[in-house]
Amino acid sequence: MSERIIEFREALNEALHEEMERDPNVFIMGIDVGQYGGVLKVSKGLYERFGSLRAVDTPISEEGFTGIGVGAALAGLRPVVELMYIDFSCLAMEPIINQAAKARYIFGGKANVPLVIRTQGGGGRGNAAQHSQSLEAVYAHIPGLIVVQPSTPKDAKGLLKSAIRDNNPVIFIEHKLLYNTKGPVPEGEYLIPLGKADIKRPGNDVTIVSSSRMVLFSLSAAEKLAEEGINAEVVDIRTLKPLDMETIGDSVRKTHRLVIVNEGVRAGGFAGEVMARAYEEVFDYLDAPIVRVTSEDVPIPYNEKLELAALPSEQKIMDAVQGLF
Amino acid sequence: MSQALYLDMYRKMVLIRKFEEQARDLFMKNMMRGATHMYIGEEAIAVGVCAALKREDTITSTHRGHGHCLAKGGDPRQMMAELLGRATGYCKGKGGSMHIADLDLGILGANGIVGGGVSLAAGSAFAAKYRNDGKVCVCFFGDGAINQGNFSEIANMAGLWKLPLIFVCERNLFAEFSYSNRYFADLDLTKRAIPFGFPGIEVDGNDILAVHQSAEEAVARARRGEGPSLIVADTYRIMGHTIGDPLTYRLKGEAEEWQGVAHDPILRFKKYLLERQVIEERRIEESELEALELEISKEIEAAVQFALESPEPDVTTLWDDVYERG
Repeated sequence: MSERIIEFREALNEALHEEMERDPNVFIMGIDVGQYGGVLKVSKGLYERFGSLRAVDTPISEEGFTGIGVGAALAGLRPVVELMYIDFSCLAMEPIINQAAKARYIFGGKANVPLVIRTQGGGGRGNAAQHSQSLEAVYAHIPGLIVVQPSTPKDAKGLLKSAIRDNNPVIFIEHKLLYNTKGPVPEGEYLIPLGKADIKRPGNDVTIVSSSRMVLFSLSAAEKLAEEGINAEVVDIRTLKPLDMETIGDSVRKTHRLVIVNEGVRAGGFAGEVMARAYEEVFDYLDAPIVRVTSEDVPIPYNEKLELAALPSEQKIMDAVQGLF
Repeated sequence: MSQALYLDMYRKMVLIRKFEEQARDLFMKNMMRGATHMYIGEEAIAVGVCAALKREDTITSTHRGHGHCLAKGGDPRQMMAELLGRATGYCKGKGGSMHIADLDLGILGANGIVGGGVSLAAGSAFAAKYRNDGKVCVCFFGDGAINQGNFSEIANMAGLWKLPLIFVCERNLFAEFSYSNRYFADLDLTKRAIPFGFPGIEVDGNDILAVHQSAEEAVARARRGEGPSLIVADTYRIMGHTIGDPLTYRLKGEAEEWQGVAHDPILRFKKYLLERQVIEERRIEESELEALELEISKEIEAAVQFALESPEPDVTTLWDDVYERG
């Protein structure tokens, strides 16, 4: 299949166009997603193509319109709800955690909630503490939710299309500093399955597990480590929940060393979950303790020097890896 | 209104009352876990409203949800089995009292979160508008729930988008363990509709015909595409918040008064039916209503029997239905 180089946001935009074209039950709703074309420009052109009933501009009422998405999904539509920042999803935790995640289970398997919550996560742009959080672990903690964090335009498109077709509620987290990144994306129709990790760089000496923007950091760190003779394998987990431990485990059984990179803060974070699973499942294969590279346990600060100190970095990943040898 | 409809409404109210009395007894015998909330005394609201709906219309319910479910046609056997945590229950024993749903009957679930059904109802109404299929959705909630911020968010969007949605506020005078009037800056709850541009009316919630009439009007308005309505139905929460509520916060004698023939919705409707001279071609006789009551008692006993004879869920079902695996 031939490929072209497009931006991450264009890849997401294509996924939405294609899925809305394919299935009349798919619609998008959120703040300024329609007429304005989306603050993130991911929904650009949908209003013109599909009209106001399928590219729905909402008031600034996150709990309310997210809940409407849940209700519409219970009624058989396939809503894509955009929450402009994952920080704002805190306003919508009631419908997400108490309603969407549990409906199928508590109704004895007779209900589906085919809902996608698209949202922008992560730091690095000076947006400060209420617009920079990485809350993926919060949602990965909730049974009934699927949590996706793509790192490349190709993955973003294929995973979003799969998320829209999935019958479970999906939290789809897009990193704010990935929207402008570019990469090869196949021309035609393709899907990337949820729940499957991807080896972004093969290697034999150490496994670096990460997701979202941290994959980019991990890959650049791996290139520099290669110059020092350390050949790192970079596993992009892509879907935090369900977690593809098989791929992670296979990699660790090969490399015998594991570094986990996650932009969420350390305490109760997702890196800790991967670490625990690895200790439970592949402890015998480890030649060194598992190391986490995470954000510091602080609200993400505004000042650039402070923010860089708070977040993971290529250097921090390199330091962590070098410490294992 | 036809005699058949009158009798069906009477039947449903008695069904709810007897179901609840049985559920209370089973709870008192420690046969139910957790908590359960009784709809006794509020039957006219669920029944009067649901009598204005078609099968394909939807409702969302509350933690006090048994009445709504039965009024919309829910099966007492599967409900009772769910209350007893059985595999044959509506939720296969995983939901219990506060999560009973029957999507085939348009019952989008009871809800454990106060006001939790409000957004879901708006979502269902949104889907009806999206598909232009003529369905309406009724959102039942209590006077405690109207103070949730989300009610205002949803009322605004429902008014803005003219959703086919009927908000039914069951003003049973209590918000958990307090008189709800302690928490309203303005006691006229119909005003909660005004800023969002749709009508709000107050009705005697223990007068089933008044409830039914107001629901018919609101449903017709919704079907005409004119948008939502708010019905504030005044009633009284006879049994307290949950079974076992010590009721220390309640005025003495008040509940007893509401249970008298002047207030109790079933006694009132029975009196109306018997005193009314002619319904269509003939009078309804007391013996006819008594026969109906007896028949319902047997139906509830059969539901309890069904539940008691049903197996508990196998522990291996613990993992079922967390996700749909298509």
